[in-house]
Amino acid sequence: MASQSEVIDRLRATFRSGVTFPEQFRMTQLQNLLSLVEENEQLIQDALHKDLHKPKFESVLSEIQITLNDLYFAMENLRTWMQPEYNIGKNLATRMDDCFIRREPLGVVLIIGAWNYPLHLILLPLVAAIAAGNCAILKPSEICQATEQLLAELIPKYLSQDCYAVLCGGAEDTKSLLKNKFDHIFYTGSQVVARSILLAAAAHLTPVTLELGGKSPCFIYGHIDIQKAAKRLCWSKFFNTGQSCVAPDYVLCTAQTRDALLPALRETLQTFYGPDPGASPDMGRIVTPRHWRRLMDMLEKSKGKVVIGGESREEDKYIAPTVLVDVLESDALMQEEIFGPILPILTIESLDEGIDYINRQEKPLALYVFSDETSVVTTVLNNTSSGGFCGNDGIVHMALPGLPFGGVGASGMGSYHGRWGFETFSHRRGCMNRSWLLERVNVLRYPPYSDYNLGWLRWATTFKKNSWGGCSVISLQLKGRRATIAIHPGCGFSSVFTAASQWSKPASSTRLALTHPIRSV
Amino acid sequence: MSREQKAVERARKAFLTGRSKPLEHRIRQLKNLQRFLLEREKEIAEAIKKDLNKSEAGTQLYETLGLEGEIILAVKKLAEWVAPRPVEKNLLTISDTVYIQPEPLGVVLIIGAWNYPWAVTIQPLIGAIAAGNAAVVKPSEVCVHTAKVMEDLLPAYIDKELYPVVTGGVSETQELLRQRFDHVFYTGNSMVGKLVMEAAAKHLTPITLELGGKSPCYIDKNCDIPIACRRVTWGKYSNCGQTCIAPDYILCEPSIQGRVLEEIKKSIKAFYTEDPKTCPDYGRIINQRHFKRIMAMTEDSTIAIGGDSDESTCYIAPTVLKDVQVNSKVMQEEIFGPLLPILTVSGVDEAIDFINKGEKPLALYIFSPDDKVIKKVIAETSSGGVLANDCLVHYSVSALPFGGVGNSGMGSYHGKFSFDNLSHLRGCLIKQLKMEGVNDMRYPPHTAKKLFWARFFILKNPDLGFIGRMTLLTIIAVVAAMVLQRYLQ
Repeated sequence: MASQSEVIDRLRATFRSGVTFPEQFRMTQLQNLLSLVEENEQLIQDALHKDLHKPKFESVLSEIQITLNDLYFAMENLRTWMQPEYNIGKNLATRMDDCFIRREPLGVVLIIGAWNYPLHLILLPLVAAIAAGNCAILKPSEICQATEQLLAELIPKYLSQDCYAVLCGGAEDTKSLLKNKFDHIFYTGSQVVARSILLAAAAHLTPVTLELGGKSPCFIYGHIDIQKAAKRLCWSKFFNTGQSCVAPDYVLCTAQTRDALLPALRETLQTFYGPDPGASPDMGRIVTPRHWRRLMDMLEKSKGKVVIGGESREEDKYIAPTVLVDVLESDALMQEEIFGPILPILTIESLDEGIDYINRQEKPLALYVFSDETSVVTTVLNNTSSGGFCGNDGIVHMALPGLPFGGVGASGMGSYHGRWGFETFSHRRGCMNRSWLLERVNVLRYPPYSDYNLGWLRWATTFKKNSWGGCSVISLQLKGRRATIAIHPGCGFSSVFTAASQWSKPASSTRLALTHPIRSV
Repeated sequence: MSREQKAVERARKAFLTGRSKPLEHRIRQLKNLQRFLLEREKEIAEAIKKDLNKSEAGTQLYETLGLEGEIILAVKKLAEWVAPRPVEKNLLTISDTVYIQPEPLGVVLIIGAWNYPWAVTIQPLIGAIAAGNAAVVKPSEVCVHTAKVMEDLLPAYIDKELYPVVTGGVSETQELLRQRFDHVFYTGNSMVGKLVMEAAAKHLTPITLELGGKSPCYIDKNCDIPIACRRVTWGKYSNCGQTCIAPDYILCEPSIQGRVLEEIKKSIKAFYTEDPKTCPDYGRIINQRHFKRIMAMTEDSTIAIGGDSDESTCYIAPTVLKDVQVNSKVMQEEIFGPLLPILTVSGVDEAIDFINKGEKPLALYIFSPDDKVIKKVIAETSSGGVLANDCLVHYSVSALPFGGVGNSGMGSYHGKFSFDNLSHLRGCLIKQLKMEGVNDMRYPPHTAKKLFWARFFILKNPDLGFIGRMTLLTIIAVVAAMVLQRYLQ
């Protein structure tokens, strides 16, 4: 069994050979990953059910489908993403030059997965890493053993073993893995572990993407169809038993809204899961006894009033969809991210009160507002900060590959999904190919320095305030001397200067002969 | 509370009032900054002369010209940068509003460097202001006079609570780093870069590190050697070699080494006269510590040009070393001084291999008339940026991201990249509470039929051509109408 460093060395040697760079290679690997998911859907669903009691519906939508979509999106757009970007604004002094931005692979990247969506949280970054031309080491969460085993078995079967490897293990193994140098580390998980990952990365100056979490607030305010809001709220809250980094953590609403909301929630929960959610195949379970215990502790310590649910069963780590009211800022439920099927409702008297409350906390990963009134949505948006934002729904903003998915502040740094993932795993290299011509313009910058030269250089390199941006440079032969004329329309007049010099004379005796700017009528 | 803590607290309080966010405020502050650069040209140049012995024209050329350009660009484009950015939608969100909103991060810490104290300290500040942040500016203590000018004069032009200048040495910087920021922007060396990253890690603060490295310069034997050498000479000896993107060393074939030496010698004479020591356009090494460090590097190599020095004035002549070996002292770390080693290689392949053995540099230079050679070097190496057929000037193109990779740094800036780097790009989706019939498919109780429709709606199939997509769209529109009819209350 190869050691961690042997695996990393092998991947690094492969990367150095350049085999992951060509578009064809990346497409083939992405295609293979597609086959991996498509051909093993049943196995994946079974593993997820074993680990998390995930209903088939949720596995398909939030694990399999989202991965397939991202793969399709990447394969469809890979060629475009890989193209050097040429459309770059230049100033007069660099007009004859070729400027472009290349996206280049970084090297060997480390992707650390999480347990709540054990498949897509490790495969979506992998899609981006492959698309960007890197080699990758996957470290799936050891908490979801069935999924971990499945990945360890399937990845080497479908993807190039020289480029991508799965390393399994617990906290100690991850610690020793982090002692190695990577070219990027992508971590999804908790803030506590994130700090130690950043520290380990600092030793090697490795850039890091952190997808963390936080308490994602959910406003229900103003004029609103409470029935529909309740449905969407329940769906996003209790999906995956509340174990989503973007689940609405708590609700902020007025007492009036709360009173209308509670019956709507009861009705919705009844429709979703029947009278006994514990017996419904569509209700999931908490991932481990330890996490169950943490949630039960929070619930027991809470001073709020349980108005819906509250039942639990230790044997199968079941907690019923639970709603509490009269929860205060100091409550046990409001000190850390809940990450479970418990929904506290905090009453506010005004929108501003709610916004102030949110701004006193750490920046969350997601922020939700349910309201028919545009002004409410806009006010919250403009006065708060969060990783992402969704109005009148929950979670679904993360399914859009066009939106960058990531946190800010304590909820994380960096982003991915779609092209954002490609950019995360690429180095954006600025390239410039200077012309050998216009050495006479270059002369302006060489010593001996003079204010005269400086004046012209200033003119040539500054963006004009109201310029039309266009400019032509023409090189002419005039009476045996080469002249370069630059016509720069801008600010309402054309400036023409002629640079006359003898081609073969050394720089020190070159002088610029300048005509005055001509004002056109 | 320490002085540093106070400054950060005040900046945060000022940020929380929201006054750094409106477009008018940002533009006004940027214009004030521009005014500062123009009105205080004299004080700036005097301070630089005392700190780095740079001439006035040199100061403008290398320090403030670039800043003015960046300010003008930011003022011109700010409304565009700040605006919500539209995003591609999928079928399910076709009636929704989807966009990316750039937002300020909060309080940014900018730690400047001593080699271009204005350029590398103020340019990130321009980005910070443009992005709507507050910023604590910590100029390098090595440039004593420049730091004083910043501390004394900047507050008269820009909001002194939002953008305080905090001067000090190592312990003051450490105290600053203990505070919590929303982004830390550091320019300097890798060693301190690691410490900055560690300090930022404690608060989970994102960082930008503009570091350095040994920027290689490959000269193809077929290129126009006089022009190439002139450009390399300019790139190398500006600011006495103390530039993060100075060409660190030359790689060329042995057959042209002699010619290269000849042309560099000519250019040095043209730029800095026969006696660079008396030339006002030639700088000095920043201090005796660096002087000693650089002089020690000449010990085990052959000096072909220059080599003379004067410790009392920290003067080192423009120096070229020839036939340098890989394991020589001058090749072990970034030179950051006026020593130019030439290493001979058999051709471009050996040059590429050599470059790839080292850490990824901040810049890479290739001089060649053959585009194929240039493309090859670009494709087979990695570096922060690339410049073919010249030195340094890619720095001035605002549309190119300026930053390192690997050991040379992380993150980038200049132009819009400064703005984006110091903003949070917030993904926003605003739905309506309509089309609930379509949404119904995702709610429990889950049935096979619902799953079928849900998949159908959100499935993306890459094999469809344009016609295929249009057909699918039509079918889905029809299906959606049918579903709505069935499920609408």
